[in-house]
Amino acid sequence: MQQYDLVIIGGGPAGLAAAISAKDSGIDNILILERDDSLGGILNQCIHNGFGLHTFKEELTGPEYAQKFIDMVEEKRITYKLKTMVLSLTKDKIITAVNGEDGILEIKAKAVILAMGCRERPRGAINIPGSRCAGIYTAGAAQKFVNIDGYMPGKEVVILGSGDIGLIMARRMTLEGAKVKAVVEVMPYSGGLKRNIVQCLDDFCIPLKLSHTVIDVKGKDRVEGVVIAMVDENRRPIEGTEEYITCDTLLLSVGLVPENELSRNAEISLSPVTGGPMVNESMQTNMEGVFACGNVLHVHDLVDYVTLESYNAGINAAKYIKGKEFKENKIEIMAVEGVRYTVPKYVNPENIDKSIDVRFRVGDVYKDKYISVYFDENREIHSKKRVLAPGEMETVKLTKAMFEKYDGCKTITIKVEGE
Amino acid sequence: MFDITVIGAGVIGCSIARELCKYKLKVCVIDKASDVADGTSKANSAIIHAGFDAKPNTLKGRLNAKGNAMFDKLAVELDFPFNRIGSLVLCFDEGDVEKLIELKAQGDKNGVQGLEIVDKKRLKEIEPNISEDVVAALYAPTGGIVCPYEMTIALAENAAVNGAEFKFNSEVKAIKKVEDIYIISTDNEEIETKLIINAAGVYADEINNMVSNNKIHIIPRRGEYCLLDKAAGKIVSKTIFQLPTKLGKGILVTPTVDGNLLIGPNAVDLEDKEDITTTREGLEDIIKKAKLSVSDIPVNQIITSFSGLRAHSLQDDFIIGETADAENFINAAGIESPGLSSAPAIAAMVEEIVVKKLKPEENYEFNPIRKGIPKFREMNNEERKEIIAKDSAYGKIVCRCETVTEGEIVEAIRRPLGAKTLDGVKRRTRAGMGRCQSGFCSTKIVDILARELKVSPMEITKFGRESRLLVGKNKNI
Repeated sequence: MQQYDLVIIGGGPAGLAAAISAKDSGIDNILILERDDSLGGILNQCIHNGFGLHTFKEELTGPEYAQKFIDMVEEKRITYKLKTMVLSLTKDKIITAVNGEDGILEIKAKAVILAMGCRERPRGAINIPGSRCAGIYTAGAAQKFVNIDGYMPGKEVVILGSGDIGLIMARRMTLEGAKVKAVVEVMPYSGGLKRNIVQCLDDFCIPLKLSHTVIDVKGKDRVEGVVIAMVDENRRPIEGTEEYITCDTLLLSVGLVPENELSRNAEISLSPVTGGPMVNESMQTNMEGVFACGNVLHVHDLVDYVTLESYNAGINAAKYIKGKEFKENKIEIMAVEGVRYTVPKYVNPENIDKSIDVRFRVGDVYKDKYISVYFDENREIHSKKRVLAPGEMETVKLTKAMFEKYDGCKTITIKVEGE
Repeated sequence: MFDITVIGAGVIGCSIARELCKYKLKVCVIDKASDVADGTSKANSAIIHAGFDAKPNTLKGRLNAKGNAMFDKLAVELDFPFNRIGSLVLCFDEGDVEKLIELKAQGDKNGVQGLEIVDKKRLKEIEPNISEDVVAALYAPTGGIVCPYEMTIALAENAAVNGAEFKFNSEVKAIKKVEDIYIISTDNEEIETKLIINAAGVYADEINNMVSNNKIHIIPRRGEYCLLDKAAGKIVSKTIFQLPTKLGKGILVTPTVDGNLLIGPNAVDLEDKEDITTTREGLEDIIKKAKLSVSDIPVNQIITSFSGLRAHSLQDDFIIGETADAENFINAAGIESPGLSSAPAIAAMVEEIVVKKLKPEENYEFNPIRKGIPKFREMNNEERKEIIAKDSAYGKIVCRCETVTEGEIVEAIRRPLGAKTLDGVKRRTRAGMGRCQSGFCSTKIVDILARELKVSPMEITKFGRESRLLVGKNKNI
C-alpha cells in the first residue's frame, strides 16, 4: 500500500488550491487524484470570461484561471494522477482508486481533502413529464459538446432553469448559431448571478420567463417542442397559461448537487440542505483528518471563493498532518429566517488565527434588509444589504476579537432581518 | 429462405428464437426498432410474478408459475440478473382479507409454491418500513425481480451465436402467402419464410390481421413509473403489491436488481402505440398511491420517470397458437403482465407447436451458455486488477455514478448484436443510468461509439431513427 501525507480527491479548482496551500504550509508528500484527462475540473469547459476578478484582479476565462493553478502545481512538483477514479474511502483514510495504468491503487493517507465538486440535477429530479426522446441535455453536458468537442447539440433551444450554467449556455448557443427561444425559471427570481442575466440574456434579447416551467416535452425521436406554463406561488402550473414553443433542444439548468457518494459511504455527516459535508472552521468534516472544500461542500457562485475556501482547507490539513487536532466543535452556527445554511457549520474559537469567513446563501430575494449575526442572544453584526438573492453567495467575517468578547458562547445565529 | 421468422425482438420473440435454435432450423428475428427490447420489454415492472393473479383456466394462469420456475436455470445459463426476493400483496382493510384468501387459493390452484397469509405483526418484521395501515398480506416467496432488457439482450445474443439471424430497422409492411411460403415485405427487403411467429407486442394485432380473418385487437395500455436513487433502494426488501383492482395490479413498490427503487405503474388505455410519454397527473398519481404502501418513499430521490405500453388484448388473456385460417402463422400475442414471468413457458409452448408442425431435427451444437459483459462494479479488487492487467480500458471509469468502465462499453459495442446507440450502451452496461442520468458520461459515450463504429459523432443517436444527439459542428448548423 502506498503512503501519502495528504491525498486530495479531485483536481479541479478546489483540489488544486488546497494542494498548493498545503505544500506552502510545509507538506511535501501530496497526491492529487483526478478522474478526468486533465487537471482543472469543470473550468476547462467554462471558456467564458469572468473568473478571477477577486483572486487575480483580472478577468480570466475558466481554462486560464485553472492554468494558473496547474502551473503552480507543476512548479511546486506536487504529484497527481489523471484518469484516476476513487472508488472508496474508509474511516482509516485508506483510499482505493482505479486507473488503466496502475490498475487498482490502495493508498493510506494521513489526511484527506475531499474536492470532488458537484453535478447537475437531471430531468428526473424535477420529474418533467412528456417524451423521453433525444434532445434533452443538462446545460453542462451541452457545454462540453460545444466547448470541448465542437459539436452543437441543437438549433432551437429552450432552457429550463436560470442557474449560471443555463445562462452562460444561452449566450454560448446563440454565439454558435443556435436560436435560444426562452429561458424558463420556475421561481419568481433567477438562480444565477445578476451579471449573467444582463450579459447572457438581456444583451442577446433572450426572454427570461420567471414563474414559468416546462410542463410537457413533445417529440417522437427528437424534441419537437415544449409546453410551458405559468406557476402559482406553490410552483403548480396554472391552467390556461400554457404556451407551446417549438424547439429541438431542451437544456436543463435546474440546480447543482455536491457529489458526495464517497463521503456518504465513508459515513461523513452531510448537511440535508447543501448535500455537502458539515465542516468546522478548519474545513474538517466529522471524520478527523478528512477535510472538504469547494463545490463538494456547497455550490459556489464564484470560483474565487472556492479558491479561498480551499486554501483554508489545505492550510488546516497541513496543520493536522503536523500533529494539530481539531476535535471539539464548541459553537454551532444556526442558519435561520431566510439564511439556508452556513459553511462552516461549527466553530472552535481556539482554532481561529485572526478571523473566519462564514459563507451562506439566502432562500429568497430580499431588498433593503439586514444580515444579522448573534452570539447567543447578542447581536454583533447587523449589516444592511440593498439586495439579497439566492443566486449570490454571502459572506460574513467573524473575528477573533468577537469570539473573545463572547467567550463561552454556545451558538451563533445568522439571519435576515427587517430592522 | 428461413424456416421461421419471428416478428418482434422483445423478450417473447427472443425467448422463442433462442428456444428454436435448439433445432436445425433457419431462424430469423425482425424488428422495426434498431435494437432488441425496444418496446414493452424495456419499460415494465421487471417483476417475475409468483403466479396467483390470473384465473387457473387461462393461459396467464397456466403459464405464469410455470415460467417463474424456469428462471433460475435461465438466469444462470444466460448470465442475467435475477433475484428471487419474494413478494407481498398488501391488504388495507379487514373486510378485504377474504379476497387475500381467495387470491391464495387461486395461486395454490395455479401451482404457486409456498404462498402464505401473514398478519400485520409478521409483516412489519419482514418489511419494517411498510405502512401502519396494513392489516395483512399474501406472501409469495417465489416472486422475483429481473432486468428485463438485459434478459432480452442475453436471449438474443445467445440466439444469435446459435445461428439466428437478426434484422433491425425492419418494419413489416405486408405479408402475403405464395403457395406454402410466406413473403414478408419490410422497409428493406422481402423475407421468405415457411412459418411466422407473431411476437410483435402492441403491434401483434396489425401483424395478425395481415394474414388472418380472425381479427384481434391489441390496446396499448400505458403504465408510468418513477425510478429512485440507490440510496432509496433498501426501503423495502420485497416486491410490494396492493390488492388488485380491475385496471391492474395496483401500484407496486419494489427494489430493482440493480439496487434502485421502482414505483408504478398506473394503467391508461391509449390509441397511439408509440405514446410512451409520461404525464404530470400520472406521475403524481403513482407517487400518491405508492405512499399508501410505504409512506416514507423519498420522492426527492427520484432520478427518472418513464412509461411503457402493455399489449392488452380484448380477450384479456395471452393469444398463443396457430391461427385457424392461416397455417404456419403462430401468434404469441396479447402478452401483457405476467408476460415477462411467463416468457420461458410461452417459448416452450411455441416450441412444442413448431416441433409438431415442422418436425425438425435437434441441433446438438446448441450452446445454451452466454456470458454477460464483465461488471466492474460487482467485482472485488483482485478481479479488477486481473481484468485491468488484461485490458487497461477496464481501468477507465466512464460512468462515475454506476462505475462503468470503457472496457465494458467497448465490449457492449463489439459483441454479437452489439450496441449502436446511446440507449443500446446504457441497457447493456448501465452507463448513464445512475443518479446523474448521463450528464457526465453521455459526451464520452458518444465519442466511444463514434470511434468504435467508425462514424462521425453526428451519426450517433439515442435510440436509432431520427434520435440524433448532435445537429452539426459549431457555427455550422
